[in-house]
Amino acid sequence: MPKITSVEELRKLREKVQEEMATRTETGTTIIVGMGTCGIAAGARETMRAILEELKARNIEAHVTTVGCIGMCAREPLVDIEQAGKPRITYGNITAAMVPRLIEEHLIKGNVVTEWVVGRLPTDQETH
Amino acid sequence: MTEPIYRADVLVCGGTGCVSSGSLKVMEVLRAELERVGLSQEVRVVETGCRGFCAQGPIMVIYPDGIFYCQVKPEDVPVIVEETLLKGRIVQRLVYSEPESHTNVPLYENIPFYEKQQRVTLRNCGIIDPERIEEYIARGGYEALAKALTTMTPEQVIEEVKASGLRGRGGAGFLTGLKWEFTAKAPGDVKYVVCNADEGDPGAFMDRSILEGDPHSVIEGMIICGYAVGAHEGYIYCRAEYPLAIKRLKLAIQQAEEYGLLGENILGTDFSFRLKIKEGAGAFVCGEETALIASIEGRRGEPRPRPPFPAVQGLWGKPTNNNNVKSYANIAQIIANGAEWFAKIGTPRSPGTAIFALTGKVRHTGLVEVPMGITLREIIFDVGGGILNNKRFKAVQTGGPLGGCLPESGLDLKVDFDSLRQAGAVMGSGGMIVVDEDTCMVEFSKYFLTFATAESCGKCVPCRVGGRRMLELLTKITNGEGTLEDIAKIEEIATGMENGSLCALGQLTPGPIRSALRYFREEFEAHVTEHRCPAKQCTALIQYVIDPNKCTGCGRCRRACPVQVIAGDRRMIHVINQAGCIKCGTCYEVCPFDAVVKVSGETIPVPEAPIPVGTFKPVETQA
Repeated sequence: MPKITSVEELRKLREKVQEEMATRTETGTTIIVGMGTCGIAAGARETMRAILEELKARNIEAHVTTVGCIGMCAREPLVDIEQAGKPRITYGNITAAMVPRLIEEHLIKGNVVTEWVVGRLPTDQETH
Repeated sequence: MTEPIYRADVLVCGGTGCVSSGSLKVMEVLRAELERVGLSQEVRVVETGCRGFCAQGPIMVIYPDGIFYCQVKPEDVPVIVEETLLKGRIVQRLVYSEPESHTNVPLYENIPFYEKQQRVTLRNCGIIDPERIEEYIARGGYEALAKALTTMTPEQVIEEVKASGLRGRGGAGFLTGLKWEFTAKAPGDVKYVVCNADEGDPGAFMDRSILEGDPHSVIEGMIICGYAVGAHEGYIYCRAEYPLAIKRLKLAIQQAEEYGLLGENILGTDFSFRLKIKEGAGAFVCGEETALIASIEGRRGEPRPRPPFPAVQGLWGKPTNNNNVKSYANIAQIIANGAEWFAKIGTPRSPGTAIFALTGKVRHTGLVEVPMGITLREIIFDVGGGILNNKRFKAVQTGGPLGGCLPESGLDLKVDFDSLRQAGAVMGSGGMIVVDEDTCMVEFSKYFLTFATAESCGKCVPCRVGGRRMLELLTKITNGEGTLEDIAKIEEIATGMENGSLCALGQLTPGPIRSALRYFREEFEAHVTEHRCPAKQCTALIQYVIDPNKCTGCGRCRRACPVQVIAGDRRMIHVINQAGCIKCGTCYEVCPFDAVVKVSGETIPVPEAPIPVGTFKPVETQA
């Protein structure tokens, strides 16, 4: 590894590694992919992979987690996007090909992609 | 093969505690299982240092959710992978269960053991991979070093450490900044920085946990110290019994050198600093600074009279700054966040946090870091979860074998360097042993004295002879042969040792007995005047007898007795022949009816020979 010869280089290295360790820190954004048997059968694994790739390519800090079946199996793969202070939006039938637009609209432009939405949870309420 | 993009980090504890409960095997199975189900490109396995909750090990924390699993076995791994990592569901049976209410606490942040803790010194332990310097840097590591080297003069660094009020975490509580100043001002071109990692108290493992879980915090602190005092070489004196700590330290030093954070021209400045590890052979006395320095020099680990203090004449006769692992581990954060930030934690006279290795009869044993000024009650009952098996709290020993004990009345004492010393206990390096009503305080102080006496280096007479004589007198008391004069003599010897010993080992050896006599004198006196051990622990003073009203004649005790001194038959009340009894306690343990009882200083009427169950009438009590 190259020697760090200035404070700037140290900070640059720090920022780079912080990105790698983002899963261990709070990001304010969580994307939740339905990964029940129904979700996996509908292609949730591929959707999740696409999300991870898209986030990396666009350098977006967000946690990606999985949940089990919530009963809406016909609309799998289900993808929820939860951002601090905003309602949690559930999107249905999200295939890998739809991911770039979803990320671009929701996370970058801040627009909910209404035609794909299947549900919405108010901010201060938890889902159980 | 796709490029890995990790969405989850599985942190598995690789500290010595969890390694011995099998965490390495868990990690191995986990990696294989992730590979098998095709998650190895999404889920990363990270080996971390200790999280302190060693009683529940092996410990696993899954991020981003912060799911906390404990006592994970290799056979649990497939379920974790399938349920949690693939489907995002919590495996309830592996979740920490609150023993009082039996409620499951799945998330790390909600576990009561951690709730009252404040992790400053241990902030990275269990969070980062100690074998990757990059993760330390990502958590702000080496930022303080950069700040010190590029924006502060050595004097300013010393002023900052002084202003923080940091007191030496080795136990004595001397102001760290002042110590640095002495070394900095001592005349001489060549100076040294030494880290005392010779943690020798039985049951104490906070220094080891820092070295294993966050070695760079110590290294960074030492480099900053070197810059402040004008030293270019440092030694970490670590006992050879800590192989994992030494391995990770070596790796950390190598990585820091490769990045140019250690060695020549650190961070492109003209400051150079080298670090070496000296492995100690594990003599307790080498934790004393002059003995430690002698040991680094290759001489016998024996203390010498001070002054001259090491700050003036230390390693190889040169001015040397010697601090404990925990002291150095606090430095980087003080420099990075400022003295004011540190001074706000804890109490005004003892700022910062205290780390205790909490052991003994508490529900949650492990490593705890709490702000100074917290009460012992909070540590033992809130963090530690209270006394095991609903027994009664009796005493807590702080400061290890040279510390002292405090009774129930001391539970509301606010813990800091000064309050503990006033109460007759000490902060020491942070061992904390909790005992319940079943512990005999004479026996308890004898245990510590046995350790301290064995570890006496023998150089000075008060320690070498005094300790041994005191141990003989204590043994006499536990054997029921002691007299009140013996207690007086113990106190006389204690005074002699405290005043006449060369180093802290001899001076503090009487500590546990002193405090036990201060708070539990009646227990010592019961041993000598009534030949009674109130806790029923001293073998010479107890008897096992079978309660004739409870015995059902089942014969379990008779069959279990290794010396066959229990007489009886089916449906007959059993009787122990006291003359041949070796007091092993086996009958006491096997009796399903609690008919075997321990007595000390009292008698319960029993028949002379076995008689049928239900026919016993105590004749003696009639008279």
